[in-house]
Amino acid sequence: MINLLILPILIPLITAVILMFVSKYVKVQRGISAISTAATVIASLVLINTVFLDGIQTVNLGSWEAPFGITLVSDMFSALLVTTTSIITLIVILYSFKSIGIDRERFYYYPVVQFLLVGVNGAFTTGDIFNLFVFFEVMLMSSYVLIVLGGTRNQLREGIKYILVNVISSALFVITVAYLYSVLGTLNMADISRKIAEVDQPGILTAIAILFLIVFGLKGAIFPLYFWLPGSYYAPPTPVLALFGALLTKVGVYSIIRTNTLFFYHDTGFTHEILGVLAILTVVLGCIGAIAYWDVKKIIIYNIIIAVGVILFGVSTMNPDALEGSVYYLVHDMIIKAALFLLIGVMIKITGTTDLKKMGGLIKEYPWLGWTFLAATFSLAGIPPLSGFIGKLMILKGGFSEGDYLGAAVVLASSLLVLYSVIKIFLNGIWGAPKPYHGITKGHARYLWMTSAVLVLLAVLYGFGAETLRPLFTQAAEVLTDPNLYIDAVLKE
Amino acid sequence: MEILMAIVVGILFTCAVYLMLSKSLLRIIIGTALLSHGAHLLILTVSGLKGGDAPLYGEHAASYVDPLPQALILTAIVISFGVTAFFLVLAYRAYQELGTDNVDQMRGTEGND
Repeated sequence: MINLLILPILIPLITAVILMFVSKYVKVQRGISAISTAATVIASLVLINTVFLDGIQTVNLGSWEAPFGITLVSDMFSALLVTTTSIITLIVILYSFKSIGIDRERFYYYPVVQFLLVGVNGAFTTGDIFNLFVFFEVMLMSSYVLIVLGGTRNQLREGIKYILVNVISSALFVITVAYLYSVLGTLNMADISRKIAEVDQPGILTAIAILFLIVFGLKGAIFPLYFWLPGSYYAPPTPVLALFGALLTKVGVYSIIRTNTLFFYHDTGFTHEILGVLAILTVVLGCIGAIAYWDVKKIIIYNIIIAVGVILFGVSTMNPDALEGSVYYLVHDMIIKAALFLLIGVMIKITGTTDLKKMGGLIKEYPWLGWTFLAATFSLAGIPPLSGFIGKLMILKGGFSEGDYLGAAVVLASSLLVLYSVIKIFLNGIWGAPKPYHGITKGHARYLWMTSAVLVLLAVLYGFGAETLRPLFTQAAEVLTDPNLYIDAVLKE
Repeated sequence: MEILMAIVVGILFTCAVYLMLSKSLLRIIIGTALLSHGAHLLILTVSGLKGGDAPLYGEHAASYVDPLPQALILTAIVISFGVTAFFLVLAYRAYQELGTDNVDQMRGTEGND
């Protein structure tokens, strides 16, 4: 079916519209959003299969030829991310049933989550730079609502900062697109790439490349543009935090990867050098934050920043191995971050605190929770059979073969600090002497644990099944190393 | 003409940055409005300000102005309008709840200062 790649955008969109009419019937809302998100997951899996068999899929909306209309493009990279996004959203919706609270559910929580899914899936699929901006805004607008929904003092305060930062970065995005349009006279991403190749990236395009890095770096939280993230992500409740941590920054990372591999790959000496240095500094600053805090939420939030740095280091080397590793690590990181946020959410619900010093001994009463968390911990740090290992291995292999020894060494050392920061949660919160808890009942906690355990299971399978999934990642990395595949698929010449 | 517009856009950006660095939340929101005005004017300017008729087919003119940037601006205007409306209501709500308009007093997180 030729319109297959619209489905992951269209299904959540229609669902969101329907859900707004039944906002007072919470059970109906839960049913509809779970079923339709499952349908989105199925559609995206079919999409992966189609892309794997038939190559890059494109749709010219309204049948206008490629550079003149809006084109949607689904290569393996974006199909993988769309699938991961849909799966994580499905799990988070299931988790929300017993976690988000009836008040928020009655005030359009589920429709807004569906709109967030529209924005993220759209941003991964679009082949038009201004359309990317619009999908960014769809995603950001939903995230503004989600961050303040409930209206506690902390949420209002952090919501203001979050919106201000994103308004500024959106204005910068518009400005950058305007510059790009004035230089090249086109907005279609494949056409942009072709025209840049014709003029071989003069100075003005390098300046635009850096502007794009600033815009997407603000969304994706790289050094020195990550300052807004720790406070803002601290405010919303756990399911929203899991959505943000797993999806939002990754859209920025995806856009950096797309622009740096599709547009600005001619003068890598300058742009990719800067990207590499910033990525390493991001890893270092993230590590400092992760080991400094005794607050479970803060520790995982700083781990987001570390992972962004690791992925972008892989991209900055422009080595085929490292690019494949980055794609693998990106998918791994989305799954494992969502899993970790949901798991610490269960811990916070049980103990009623986020302070690690006030927790302890959860393993006595909740052994299943403890061991699941340990599996997630090892997976995050990259212990060999689990999912974090292969991605980082390939990134390091690429880094060493490009002669960037210092950067690769920092990435390697960061794994140790990541492991230390999360094992600290395990040793102090789950191990140790039990303390009295005032939180939820055991049955309630079991439901929350079961939904988050699905994600941990996925992460483990993802690690063990790396060999089976390898062709998908090779295909994804091929398009990143050879932009002509993308251009030929879109412009069909 | 483009040079004059470039200078005007530059002045708008300067004012926007100055306002957004101030303490009062309302001044910050006015700053974001000026920033989006600057951005929209910039799209119009960089795509060229050559003479031509309005992009309407009924005009039967020899040359028209570029219609694409106008569509982009129209999209960007409604988006920034929506965001600004949300931001203003949020500022009002925050004023009710926190009792202050001063962003310096909106620091820290609860119990984690």
